[in-house]
Amino acid sequence: MKLYCLSGHPTLPCNVLKFKSTTIMLDCGLDMTSTLNFLPLPLVQSPRLSNLPGWSLKDGNAFLDKELKECSGHVFVDSVPEFCLPETELIDLSTVDVILISNYHCMMALPYITEHTGFTGTVYATEPTMQIGRLLMEELVNFIERVPKAQSASLWKNKDVQRLLPSPLKDAVEVSTWRRCYTMQEVNSALSKIQLVGYSQKIELFGAVQVTPLSSGYALGSSNWIIQSHYEKVSYVSGSSLLTTHPQPMDQASLKNSDVLVLTGLTQIPTANPDGMVGEFCSNLALTVRNGGNVLVPCYPSGVIYDLLECLYQYIDSAGLSNIPFYFISPVANSSLEFSQIFAEWLCHNKQSKVYLPEPPFPHAELIQTNKLKHYPSIHGDFSNDFRQPCVVFTGHPSLRFGDVVHFMELWGKSSLNTVIFTEPDFSYLEALAPYQPLAMKCTYCPIDTRLNFIQVSKLLKEVQPLHVVCPEQYTQPPPAQSHRMDLMIDCQPPAMSYRRAEVLALPFKRRYEKIEIMPELADSLVPMEIKPGISLATVSAVLHTKDNKHVLQPPPRPAQPPSSKKRKRVSEDVPDCKVLKPLLSGSIPVEQFVQTLEKHGFSDIKVEDTAKGHIVLLQEAETLIQIEEDSTHIICDNDETLRVRLRDLVLRFLQKF
Amino acid sequence: MPEIRVTPLGAGQDVGRSCILVSISGKNVMLDCGMHMGYNDDRRFPDFSYITQSGRLTDFLDCVIISHFHLDHCGALPYFSEMVGYDGPIYMTHPTQAICPILLEDYRKIAVDKKGEANFFTSQMIKDCMKKVVAVHLHQTVQVDDELEIKAYYAGHVLGAAMFQIKVGSESVVYTGDYNMTPDRHLGAAWIDKCRPNLLITESTYATTIRDSKRCRERDFLKKVHETVERGGKVLIPVFALGRAQELCILLETFWERMNLKVPIYFSTGLTEKANHYYKLFITWTNQKIRKTFVQRNMFEFKHIKAFDRAFADNPGPMVVFATPGMLHAGQSLQIFRKWAGNEKNMVIMPGYCVQGTVGHKILSGQRKLEMEGRQVLEVKMQVEYMSFSAHADAKGIMQLVGQAEPESVLLVHGEAKKMEFLRQKIEQEFRVSCYMPANGETVTLPTSPSIPVGISLGLLKREMVQGLLPEAKKPRLLHGTLIMKDSSFRLVSSEQALKELGLAEHQLRFTCRVHLQDTRKEQETALRVYSHLKNTLKDHCVQHLPDGSVTVESILIQAAAHSEDPGTKVLLVSWTYQDEELGSFLTALLKNGLPQAPS
Repeated sequence: MKLYCLSGHPTLPCNVLKFKSTTIMLDCGLDMTSTLNFLPLPLVQSPRLSNLPGWSLKDGNAFLDKELKECSGHVFVDSVPEFCLPETELIDLSTVDVILISNYHCMMALPYITEHTGFTGTVYATEPTMQIGRLLMEELVNFIERVPKAQSASLWKNKDVQRLLPSPLKDAVEVSTWRRCYTMQEVNSALSKIQLVGYSQKIELFGAVQVTPLSSGYALGSSNWIIQSHYEKVSYVSGSSLLTTHPQPMDQASLKNSDVLVLTGLTQIPTANPDGMVGEFCSNLALTVRNGGNVLVPCYPSGVIYDLLECLYQYIDSAGLSNIPFYFISPVANSSLEFSQIFAEWLCHNKQSKVYLPEPPFPHAELIQTNKLKHYPSIHGDFSNDFRQPCVVFTGHPSLRFGDVVHFMELWGKSSLNTVIFTEPDFSYLEALAPYQPLAMKCTYCPIDTRLNFIQVSKLLKEVQPLHVVCPEQYTQPPPAQSHRMDLMIDCQPPAMSYRRAEVLALPFKRRYEKIEIMPELADSLVPMEIKPGISLATVSAVLHTKDNKHVLQPPPRPAQPPSSKKRKRVSEDVPDCKVLKPLLSGSIPVEQFVQTLEKHGFSDIKVEDTAKGHIVLLQEAETLIQIEEDSTHIICDNDETLRVRLRDLVLRFLQKF
Repeated sequence: MPEIRVTPLGAGQDVGRSCILVSISGKNVMLDCGMHMGYNDDRRFPDFSYITQSGRLTDFLDCVIISHFHLDHCGALPYFSEMVGYDGPIYMTHPTQAICPILLEDYRKIAVDKKGEANFFTSQMIKDCMKKVVAVHLHQTVQVDDELEIKAYYAGHVLGAAMFQIKVGSESVVYTGDYNMTPDRHLGAAWIDKCRPNLLITESTYATTIRDSKRCRERDFLKKVHETVERGGKVLIPVFALGRAQELCILLETFWERMNLKVPIYFSTGLTEKANHYYKLFITWTNQKIRKTFVQRNMFEFKHIKAFDRAFADNPGPMVVFATPGMLHAGQSLQIFRKWAGNEKNMVIMPGYCVQGTVGHKILSGQRKLEMEGRQVLEVKMQVEYMSFSAHADAKGIMQLVGQAEPESVLLVHGEAKKMEFLRQKIEQEFRVSCYMPANGETVTLPTSPSIPVGISLGLLKREMVQGLLPEAKKPRLLHGTLIMKDSSFRLVSSEQALKELGLAEHQLRFTCRVHLQDTRKEQETALRVYSHLKNTLKDHCVQHLPDGSVTVESILIQAAAHSEDPGTKVLLVSWTYQDEELGSFLTALLKNGLPQAPS
């Protein structure tokens, strides 16, 4: 059993597990932090961005000035943004049988894998994961395609050139594999390969392995996966949460008794408490608006935004913000808000009971009804007519490199009245802001990451007790910025096995048993005997049938009746089939009783001699000698088959057959 | 002998009061707990004394499963759990859990407030009963206990309707509840995988009907409604608040829009809006088309259909009214019917099945003079039309489902005996499986022969698999091993391993036979002659001549020695272990016949 690690990003994993005869890809995360190296794509022509100076080497060589621009001491690539794909060379991806998706953030690389590697398998995901994943991809494609950029820079990627660049460009990894965004056509084709599954659904893969998604508590439809055969169990934990937000709570009990637990997707901000951050978010927002400023919240179109809107729903009136317009701008804003209301079965208990009333589970329905929250596909069109300031805008993309957020950064960046509040933890906010510097706008960092922290992990591991833990190497040491915090790493016994990008791990697994079915007719014919109290044995001679990786034992065929031909056949035709196995024997032969038995069966003139290890029984008349020792018996006789068989059967009376 | 037992307490050769007891591998499951619309006395609920005469319900039943929210499938639930007394789990899907208590409350109100029945279940009982419900997802495997598991499949029929697989070990039963094999305007078609249950319990409402295409029926329906309102008549469509109502509303809504009609359409009772809301929130349970377009246009937001007020029934002029309940057995639909029945311009369209004893059933069977409460006789002059819109599988659909699931046997419920008989023969003929149709209280027993799952040591299995790599890999192979049974764990291992695990030593039994041969040559030459003889005779065996002069056949050793007294005789010592018994015995017999004459 092997684990091929294709992604180095701990929260955007992509691993391939080889288990029995199956090849299973676990998640398909796309590392988008690569886009931070690129210049933002403005929706409206931005003189500031287009006038940035080209970058030149220290010696004045300016051959890269078309590709690289400088802004406040940072260098950016002026090109269509590109993403860092999972490793595609480590393993032949066309051999992947299935892809298991754990949540909608971990499937963003799917089109690259399913459309360009010869993949012919099936993708398994829950319905919310698929639908919201589609929205995220749709938004991404839309953001990038609606601002066509002629230039695609590649010169800087040359290894010899990259070496000369300043950090962080110099240290960017795998730049040769960075790819531009996929198209909507590729997205649709990739999503058509998804088969929808429900929590606790048992899915058979080729009869060899069973996979089951479990609620992970992190997002709508998010799941952890159990991959098991009858005797082995691997748990794949990815993006889980124990906090009570909108999704169904995490199913921990089903993770118990795993041989291996692969642990990914822990919180990216282990020092921040999500509840505290939400509080800070609200108070910062209120403060800015009261002072007449605008608030910009860069965000994904689904997920934490539902919780933020719910908090604001409760907070708006008490904070006196009833007249402040809230805008949610995304090409998929409407869909996201609508979809959130129809997944009752995937929600926490509280929200479920609302649906039973029947009421919409999320209060943003009421915010929309009362016109407090308005949503728009983009800043163009209706929005420009309705736009009132001061206001609060939720929009993407959280990297600040594309999407409507770029426009608001340019628009509001120059005034210190305005605030940008970062809530998504996926991008470093300082790096995200770099191409907008110098900036007068206030910046608040309230990362809300509800995924497991290290305290919760160690509690979880104690509870579910896996034999082995496998995790990204980042989790086996404290974060680089807080190297003294020994509590910010996984602590378990035996120590977790760690992996890094492009590594192959042999998982510590010893398979010893496999399930086999004994057909009822065969079972009826078995003769169990009790060997020790509570332990019975039965010898089994049966025909093994193997089909679709399932094994079945059936009764052996009855020996064919010898043809009743009168002619004596030549002996050679009767050569016995040596495949008919005789059972093993066990036990020992008590000499005295054996001799008595011999006498009872008409043998006379029996002589017993003692030897070093046992006895020799001599049948002088028949010139036969029987050596009896603790664990062996040897019958030496003349070629008298009748006699030999008689003696054999007498000996067998004293022995047990296996 | 393991067996599966099925006893219908309701819906055995009957429609209504669905309630079927299933015993499988020692587990007892109750499928549905419905009421009968045709009765107002004790017979309206299943007879639970069948169970209670020998003990408490909770002790006997491992779980209760409700297939969908129709009252003939869940109407007796509060009576069963709160009045007879059952505290175990009750499983149903989320939409069923949401809608079921509303219909129960509705039913209670009609029974208690309108008909003044005493000793009926209360609102609080409905609430307490619903607290025992555990909601299940489609395809989720729910572990009721360590051995019993259930799984829901989509059944169409109404919002949230499900078929259930009940499984213990390798034995399983599938219960369909009510289902529909063709998608309609708002729901999808039932689907099940090839799960090969020991028994499929299927409804058989339309056992003998093969329905024409849905489109024709829809056109017919619209034509009739249109003609009636054109000539100024009123159309009454008795429906149940949830289900068919929504489908017909979608149909009329689109027709009205297309034809630009102004005649008012009303929907009775306050349930409507609520009902439509459920459809909006559980849109994932509707058909693909509605699910795909719901963001742009929600099909359950109607423009032309308005809420009905009791006073509207006396308004002059044409109108279309959807009124509950569907079988004209009580409530608003019956009230409106009484008002409109005397006018031949009006029309009542029955869009679904009507249970015997209901007014709906009576007028459909041609009765035109109805005896109402208080000896009053109502003459029906209005036109009576029947349109099969109820979403049950027809004969073709039932056969299709049997084909999909591939059961070992089939049991029919929820149908009329005569029609069942016909379908039973058809199923037995076509699928060559036995088919049962027990009456209420009658038990069907199916013997089963489950295979026994055991763990086989990989070593033993691989040893066999290696042989499987040979060309005749597909050929079944003989396997020998020892089954160790300890507590409840069964393991099949090689005999050697079994001995080792139990701390037992192997006892080796060896035979050495002296075979006398007439041969004057030296021992080595005799050995060589034996070797070539055996080599020629035993083509399929490994015969070797070892450097020390001895000959082996597989693991049997043959040595030649001089006779102590007779130099013209040589003694062959043939030695083998008990495991090679057949071959050893064969060899001695072969050698006894002597060696072929060597060419001199």
